[in-house]
This record gives sequence, C-alpha cells and structure tokens, in this order.
Amino acid sequence: MVNPAPGLRLAADADVCAGAGQCVRAAPELFDQDDDGLVVLLAADVPEDSRARALDAVDLCPSGAIALRGHPAPPAPDTGADRLPPGP
Amino acid sequence: MTSPVPDAPDAPDTTADGAPAAFPLARSCPFSPPDGYAPMREKGGLTKAVIPSGKEVWLVTGFQDVRTALSHPAAGSDARHPAFPALGDGEQAVAAELRPFIRMDPPEHTRIRRMLVGEFTVKRVRAMRPAVEAICREQADRLLSLPAPADLVGEYANRVSTTVICRLLGVPMEDLEFFRRITSVSGARTSTAEEVGAALSDLFGLIDRLIDEKAQEPGDDLISRLVNGPLARGEITRTSLLSQIGITLNAGHETSRNMIPLAALDLLRHPDQLDLLREDPSLWPGAVDELLRHLSVADVITLRVATGDIPLEGATIPAGDGFIALLAAADHDPRAFPDPGRLDITRAQRNHVAFGYGAHQCVGQNLGRLEIEVALRVLFEKAPGLRLAVPLEDLPLRSTSAIFGLDEVPVSW
Repeated sequence: MVNPAPGLRLAADADVCAGAGQCVRAAPELFDQDDDGLVVLLAADVPEDSRARALDAVDLCPSGAIALRGHPAPPAPDTGADRLPPGP
Repeated sequence: MTSPVPDAPDAPDTTADGAPAAFPLARSCPFSPPDGYAPMREKGGLTKAVIPSGKEVWLVTGFQDVRTALSHPAAGSDARHPAFPALGDGEQAVAAELRPFIRMDPPEHTRIRRMLVGEFTVKRVRAMRPAVEAICREQADRLLSLPAPADLVGEYANRVSTTVICRLLGVPMEDLEFFRRITSVSGARTSTAEEVGAALSDLFGLIDRLIDEKAQEPGDDLISRLVNGPLARGEITRTSLLSQIGITLNAGHETSRNMIPLAALDLLRHPDQLDLLREDPSLWPGAVDELLRHLSVADVITLRVATGDIPLEGATIPAGDGFIALLAAADHDPRAFPDPGRLDITRAQRNHVAFGYGAHQCVGQNLGRLEIEVALRVLFEKAPGLRLAVPLEDLPLRSTSAIFGLDEVPVSW
C-alpha cells in the first residue's frame, strides 16, 4: 500500500458472497477466493493505480458482498475503467 | 433446412387498451433480442405480459432495473410458489418436485450453492485450461476431417461442451446422443411434465449408479467430492444430490453448446473484429464477454416471484407477483451499453448480465468463459477459412428452449 487513494477502502462479506469470482477477475491484486470459493480481501486500502479496478469489482459483484467504505457513492465505473486482465 | 417457425409473436401486443403482451417473444435475428424488447424498455418501468399458462407476469427490461430486481432480497426463485412464472408446464412441475438449487431461496439455496462454488473458482478453472484446450483441439481435428459442409453444433460445440462438463463431473461420456436427448427435452418449453420427467429419470438412473460407484472408488471429479463430502456427512440427501448434479450437467452442457456456434457466426459476420483477434490474441477474454453480452442466450432463465415489494426506477414489482428479468433486454440497453447492437470486442464495460445477477448468478460462468474462448480460438486457428455453408436466413432458430440457440449450423472451411 504505497499510495492508497484517500478514503477508498474496501470491505468484503463472505457470508453473502455468491462465489462468482467476479472480484478476482476484475482486481486480482485486491481479491482472492478461498478453497470454498468465497471472497478473501487481500487489501482493504486501495492503491491509486487499482482504483478503477476496485470500482469495477464492486460493480461486478452480483451479491453485494463487497462494498466501498468511507467513500461517497462511486461514479458508474463503466466508462474508462481499466480493461479486465485475461480471464481464466 | 426448414424455415424459421416462430413459436410466439415477434412483437408485443400494443393494443390501445393496454392489454398485456403475449410472452415469450421470438427472435427475428439470431444476434439480436426479440424486436419487442426495445419498445418496452423505452417506455420504462414494467410491462405486463401473459405467459402460455395464462398467468400474468411483469417483464423487467432496463439494465439498472434488471440488476436491482435480481439482486433484491425479495426476488424469490422457488418454483413451488404458485406465481412462479414458468414458461412451460413441464418446467414448473419438475422444478417444484426436484428442487434444483437454481429454483431455491436462501438459506437452502446458499447451503447447496456453496457445495459447488469451490469447484468453479477462478483459480480452479484456470487450471482446467490445458484439459479444455486438448478437448477442443481433438474435436476441431475431428470436425475438419469430416466432409464439408459439417454441422458446427452437432460435430463440434455439442462434443466440446459435453466432454468438458462430463470430465468435470466424472460422468463417462459413452453416448453423446443420450445427453443431447435429455437436455433437448428437459430444456424445451414445449415439453410436458411427463416428457421432462421421463427424460430426467433416465439421467437420474445414470447419476444414481455413479453415486454408488464413486462412493466405492472415488475419482478426481465433482461427483466424487460431493458423494464423499456432503453426502457422506449427511449434509445433503441423495435425492437432492441427484437433482443438483443433474442441473449442473444440464446447464453446463446446454449453454456452451449454444453459445459457441452463435459466437463463431457473430465473429464471422464481423470480419473486422475477427481480424483484431487474429492480430492481438490478448483481446480474446474481452471478446468473450462482449459476445456473451451481444448474444445473451440465457435471456429468459431468470424467473422470479416478488416475495415483498421490489422498487425499481419507475415502478414497483408488487409482493406476490411473478416477474421475468429479461437479460437480453438489459444487455442491449443503450443507457448501459452505447450502440448496443454493435459487436465491439474492445468495449470497456464487462458488467453485462448474460450470466444473470444476484445470488443466483451462474456458478459455472468462469468455466463457460474458458470454454467459449478456447473453443473459438482453436476453431479459427485450425480453420482460418471457416464460413457458413448456407444462407443465414435458412438457419432454423430454436426459440422454444430456455437457452436460445441454433439447431444446426452447416460450415465449410
């Protein structure tokens, strides 16, 4: 976390996770899945260069298991967001 | 080749008195949602429609509304609810009896889904890539050894999708036609409850035997892990396990079988997009998501009942009413996807709902993406001159199934 974006913090709730893996596809540096497929937060403070991918991950999550903390409602992350990294 | 025979009107009933539209609607073009969706979406809010059983249901068509409705805690999926908007008689009766996890609500749904999600993590699916590549190469070589024209659906996509899902589950793949027959009957809106029941009892007979075999001699496969884990520990009944394996096999087979040939044709009619992929293969994962959005073949699978009021942008789905969130309508909403009819593999947005949304979003989506990507890459690499061997208009559209597709796609190379 060399340069966290001010105020952009993530929270993940494995209890409501649907295990779709969308967060891992969008931002593998911030999220992982455990062996049971549920979300594991790798970094709660979002580095500036991961910002777009973090917003993408929150948007893609189908079950509302990941959320932004201490940040106003994010702008729609569907324009100009970083391309997703290669899929599985 | 027979001509397309629409099984339903291709535009909603727009009578001045506001009579409900008849649903489902047929596609007039395999690469576009039914023509009737756009006017419903432009009008905003909800559209009332009548399904073949005579029930009135709400259709949700806007992208935001579809995501809101499907992720709302009051979006019920239990097929036993009288208002459940099944599109075929067989579908509701069989789902209510067999209770596949896609037609369940929490906490039951959560418990069963969690037995499966570990099998489909991004990491585990990534590890399957070499095996999927080997399967696609073998099937492409086989296809190209046949006299042209050959059927891309039966001779390639069906074989790839069946082999992959059978390998994952640990089902011996002795008879491709067996699975084809089961899924074509059980997924068709025109099938009666008896027909679906008979097809599924054949399938369950096979799975039942496998459960015994894998309890004795476990292999490295999903059925073995479920049999020797949750079943052995008493966390799931044998009857429920049969249903869950059956739906996984069925869904895993039918979806990619339909997507692969349609996606191949979609790229063939956009040669500029195919050229981009040939120049830069790193574009493939993005292209797959764009093809998923553009084609949205599982359009009408999201059948729900509002167990409480569900407020949307311009309307509320009242508690107790059935609704269908139209995935193809959402994925072609110009407010979410500019120029939605255009296939643009470099589109930055990946938040389409082709796999649904909410707690029921497709559990096998990462495997689906992998299969589609590898199957198309291998096909276009081995057959750079691939082309449709008949006029597009001659291809019969399969509009009576839960998953949209083409029955036959004759290709030359």
